[in-house]
Amino acid sequence: ATPDPLITEVQPWASGLGDGVDETPYGLPIQYESDVVRRNVEWLTADTISSINFTPIHALDGTITPQGCAFERHHSGAIELKKEDYRLMINGLVDRPLVFTYADLERFPRENHVYFCECAANTGMEWAGAQLNGAQFTHGMIHNMEYTGVPLRTLLEEAGYDTAGKWVYVEGADASSNGRSIPMEKALDDVLVAFKANGEALRKEHGYPVRLVVPGWEGNMWVKWIRRIEVTDAPVESREETSKYTDTLEDGTSRKWTWEMDAKSVVTSPSPQSPITHGKGPLVITGLAWSGRGAITRVDVSKDGGKTWETARLAKPGEKMALTRFYLDTDWDGEEMMLQSRAMDDTGYVQPTKSQLREVRGLNSIYHNNCIQTWLVRSSGEAENVEVS
Amino acid sequence: ETFGLGRAALPEEIAAWDKDVSPDGTGLPVGSGDVLTGEEVFAEQCAVCHGDFAEGVGNWPKLAGGAGTLADDDPLKTVGSYWPYLSTTWDYVNRSMPFGNAQTLEPDEVYAIVAYILYSNDLVDDEFVLSNETFEDVVLPNHDGFIVDDRIETEHSKWVGEPCMENCKEDVKVTMRAMVLDVTPDEGGDDITSAEPEAVKETEVVEEAKVEEVAAEEVAALDPELVAAGEKVFKKCKACHQVGEGAKNKTGPILNGIVGKAAGSVEGFKYSKALIAKADEGLVWTDEALAEFLAKPKSYIKGTKMSFAGLRKEKDLVAITAYLTSIGN
Repeated sequence: ATPDPLITEVQPWASGLGDGVDETPYGLPIQYESDVVRRNVEWLTADTISSINFTPIHALDGTITPQGCAFERHHSGAIELKKEDYRLMINGLVDRPLVFTYADLERFPRENHVYFCECAANTGMEWAGAQLNGAQFTHGMIHNMEYTGVPLRTLLEEAGYDTAGKWVYVEGADASSNGRSIPMEKALDDVLVAFKANGEALRKEHGYPVRLVVPGWEGNMWVKWIRRIEVTDAPVESREETSKYTDTLEDGTSRKWTWEMDAKSVVTSPSPQSPITHGKGPLVITGLAWSGRGAITRVDVSKDGGKTWETARLAKPGEKMALTRFYLDTDWDGEEMMLQSRAMDDTGYVQPTKSQLREVRGLNSIYHNNCIQTWLVRSSGEAENVEVS
Repeated sequence: ETFGLGRAALPEEIAAWDKDVSPDGTGLPVGSGDVLTGEEVFAEQCAVCHGDFAEGVGNWPKLAGGAGTLADDDPLKTVGSYWPYLSTTWDYVNRSMPFGNAQTLEPDEVYAIVAYILYSNDLVDDEFVLSNETFEDVVLPNHDGFIVDDRIETEHSKWVGEPCMENCKEDVKVTMRAMVLDVTPDEGGDDITSAEPEAVKETEVVEEAKVEEVAAEEVAALDPELVAAGEKVFKKCKACHQVGEGAKNKTGPILNGIVGKAAGSVEGFKYSKALIAKADEGLVWTDEALAEFLAKPKSYIKGTKMSFAGLRKEKDLVAITAYLTSIGN
């Protein structure tokens, strides 16, 4: 064998100097990782200002999504709102309508929780058939962060909410307003008024300085730049809870208030954007699983399109409404695979196939598609998004 | 027990922000608007994205049509065919529209626009007047078309328990491939920008000779604070216009180097007849012409398709001109 010059010859980095500590006061990923970025699918929407992009989940590992590559969804663009200009109002059926400043919020006892945020439209383009080649595009409307914030319950108690109020209506400060009605039971349970994610301030695109975190429920309810919380006796039936984010069934009737994101999983590697490049032998098959109704208890992986299944290893026990990383450490024989993953959560629910979903919902639901995904991995190691019988 | 944090919200403050409208009409202000007025306001404020007849332009939402299509393969979901409550339309138009200029409509204009949307959906005749009083008379066709989430019964109860691990299927075949559709964006993403400059070059060369000297002087003299202020004002324009590297014609033309440029000269943009006529008369976008246009677009060029009410403040006009001047070709 020929000796490796990377070892036998002194390399520039082993002899010269690297960057000083002042080079990048706030660091970005090294240039060699420049392909690991959010991407947009241009034909999906009329304009990038009211659009969505996708987290590069095919290239990430672990469970925490770095803010800089966590998907964005705006209805009127990502606004710039200073902490000094921030106001949060609570009104409606309360004893004391209140206005809080950002500084006020920091004086309430706060909590830390890791939660996933999934857009209801994630995997929505796949209803009618396999459409987009890459886990980033089929499953990338999701991120998972550690949030720091004040329980909404604390703020409602501060204002003295009326028990006749069965709902809270929450709206943002941006031009789209983007209001949603949330049942009081959920508002008092685990909803957070958050101002930090992964330890640092929220990014502009995620609602700086303050956003709502609604664990396990569709991303549209996680109102960014939240400016008002109104306690009401009935839902407002705003645009986003009637004309959008509702699921039309085969007979033309539509489901509304489909808030919880059902258990779901996807193999992130190998996948179309992350092919096998090393040939046969040891192979790490990995992916993500999550459930809006609780914790992931088990993930099975199939290499033959669902004929046989093996139970994968969870990197850590599943946590409620947070991403769980799974691994199947395997030995690849170099043959074609039809890779699938199937998640189970602590309610006993098993992630369905696309045909099971279609039987109940038809093809026009758009939102809430949590079907089992199939990647066809060829003997070359390349992978493709397919549907199987 | 409370923390005593925050302060009392004043009635004026609550009134300023609490504008949501519920299905029973709670939250509606007093006012009215008729279909014909609505047609005019719609043409001015909404048609640039939603079309003159609410039929939608390009990928922008269609607001009319689709009656009876909800059980079809490709249902068309509009205010007329899908939205269950009229309050939602009123509320959304009032608080979130027009795109890029939200919360600028008067209640009567909103009533008129909503009346026109109803008319476009054949739900009212052209005599119809929508007001806070007639509001409850209108029941949208899909009012009863929704059920509350029943997944727990229809799905969860079925898909629980120990799943199959072996011999779960006889045979597995690929039935559909994403490759066939080929709609996945390229990973590189810069193929478009590398192809475009060629096409643009020809006009650039012509423009450059005229504009370069003027632009060089002006850019040198620009006040950076004014440019920054102008960038903020430009947010009102962003829904339709792009600037900078990689900018494309959208609802409105690219505005790179627009100051000093001949009107109607952006390659590949389909201008209104009115603007082309002005261009033929030799209109050049000088600071003054631009300021006059942006103050009142519809009166400066009668028939322009630019659906923008105009900038009322002198300082905004100065700032936006500075900002646009700062953006070269």
